[in-house]
Amino acid sequence: MTATSAIKADQTHIGRRTEFAQIPLSRVVRVELRKMFDTRSGFWLIASIGITGLIATIATIAFAPDADLTYYNFAKAVGFPITVILPMVALLSITSEWSQRSGLTTFTYVPSRGRVVGAKTLSAVIVAVASMLFAFAIGAVGNVVGSAIAGTPTVWDLSVGHAVTIVLGNLISLSIGTMLGMLLLSSAGGLVMYFVLVLLVPNLTSLLAASQDWFRHLQPWVDLPFAQTFLFEGMHTGAEWAHVATAFTLWIVLPGSFGLRRVMRSEVK
Amino acid sequence: MITIDSLTKSYGGNTVVHDITFTAREGRVTGFLGPNGAGKSTSMRMMVGLTTPTEGTATISGRRFADLPNPGREVGVMLDASAQHAGRTGREILTIAQQIMGVPASRVTELLDLVSLTGAEADRRVGNYSLGMRQRLGIAAALIGDPSVLILDEPANGLDPAGIRWMRDLLRDYADHGGTVLLSSHLLAEIEIIADDIVMIGQGRIVCQGSKSSLLQAAGTVVRAADVVVLQGALAAAGVASTVSEDGSLRTEADTAVVGQAAYDGGVVLTELRNADSGGLEEMFLELTADTQRERTAA
Repeated sequence: MTATSAIKADQTHIGRRTEFAQIPLSRVVRVELRKMFDTRSGFWLIASIGITGLIATIATIAFAPDADLTYYNFAKAVGFPITVILPMVALLSITSEWSQRSGLTTFTYVPSRGRVVGAKTLSAVIVAVASMLFAFAIGAVGNVVGSAIAGTPTVWDLSVGHAVTIVLGNLISLSIGTMLGMLLLSSAGGLVMYFVLVLLVPNLTSLLAASQDWFRHLQPWVDLPFAQTFLFEGMHTGAEWAHVATAFTLWIVLPGSFGLRRVMRSEVK
Repeated sequence: MITIDSLTKSYGGNTVVHDITFTAREGRVTGFLGPNGAGKSTSMRMMVGLTTPTEGTATISGRRFADLPNPGREVGVMLDASAQHAGRTGREILTIAQQIMGVPASRVTELLDLVSLTGAEADRRVGNYSLGMRQRLGIAAALIGDPSVLILDEPANGLDPAGIRWMRDLLRDYADHGGTVLLSSHLLAEIEIIADDIVMIGQGRIVCQGSKSSLLQAAGTVVRAADVVVLQGALAAAGVASTVSEDGSLRTEADTAVVGQAAYDGGVVLTELRNADSGGLEEMFLELTADTQRERTAA
């Protein structure tokens, strides 16, 4: 049988003692990045960022009042789908190891689960930054084309500093996905919780803030989506940074560290 | 070499693996045999760090699995061939393994050839694979890093008879070149065909272990004659106890030489005299795991 001769050819040296080099983190990141794109669902999830970005640009040109055809508004419209979709990319890359059970092989290639999850998070950050650059570029094209069509002057009203806080805001969104992924280790449960957190909770907190005076003062400290709006709309005061840092600690750092413990300790089967 | 030392796993008060100790040696195929739910998979997961043992250690060539710098180059693992993202192609799954282990890209094609998956099959998504194809892919992924140790959970599951023969030849060859193979099965026939050493486990405890030949010897002798009653009398005269099997043969713990001599002395013409191989080991398997199996005989 050919199989037998093939295995003989490359396994005449079984039992040799070779000291192998540690797998570098860069290699784990490269593979995890590849895994985000190599399934049909993963590919379309990320492709949808580009597709919805294009649709958002066209919609802004078509429907926004002429006065709103500024770079900031274009970048915001293109960036919105990224804010919604990227956390799902980050979440699914973690939970699929459990829900699809591929962790059974992943964690036997790289036994340190902390490194794997770290590499997944880094990969998600790479996708996020690339998507944001894409959004800023598409937004610029939309701004030029849109103002030309409308016959209005082209307005560049986004500073570099503001662009950086927008990227930061999106990275915080992404970390919601990472945190939920580690905490729940389940794709379905993670996605449901994600939508509860980003769609339902902000409505509830704004209702609460409208009716309860004590909460209105507390909200920027404890409501992460609320604190994130500072980042998206441009940071003005040190207090806003303090709000973001506090809300981030409450929403991401604390539950995330529980999640990391779960990742490290849970049985992969 | 795989060294398992007092490995124990408890969930709450429920101990699923109880103080197991054994060694899978280089150049040998070690069969890990036990009924469903005996603790085989849990033990194997503990060996590769997917499950934390409650007590005890498992080492591979003297090191804990988690301490191996690039485990795929030293240990090939296949715990569940179906545990793959259904949306990836077979080739992609091997490519991921190849990249993370840092072996040449040509290994992917080599391994596809080795496990007889065609190019067209390799480009299909594993969600569309039959169980047999997944097993072949799993074997390919385990071998791609050219490891010296293999840990395979139920690798023959879902393979057709030709596939089982192929797997046997492949693992035999691998062990003959100095590799260590540990494979589990709940089917005695598979283990008996492939393994050199057998570790039998029931309800989380090792019930017996040893080389296949020594275990077979312990299984005794089957002997048959035209007249069973006369034969049994002749054996009894020589001090050899025996029992009549359903098929009319006699079974005894004495070895073939003793039985043959007793029959000769008693003037009985034998129609069959042999080691109780598969049947004997199976009986031992059923007996040893009798109080640990799920199915209890109706009688």
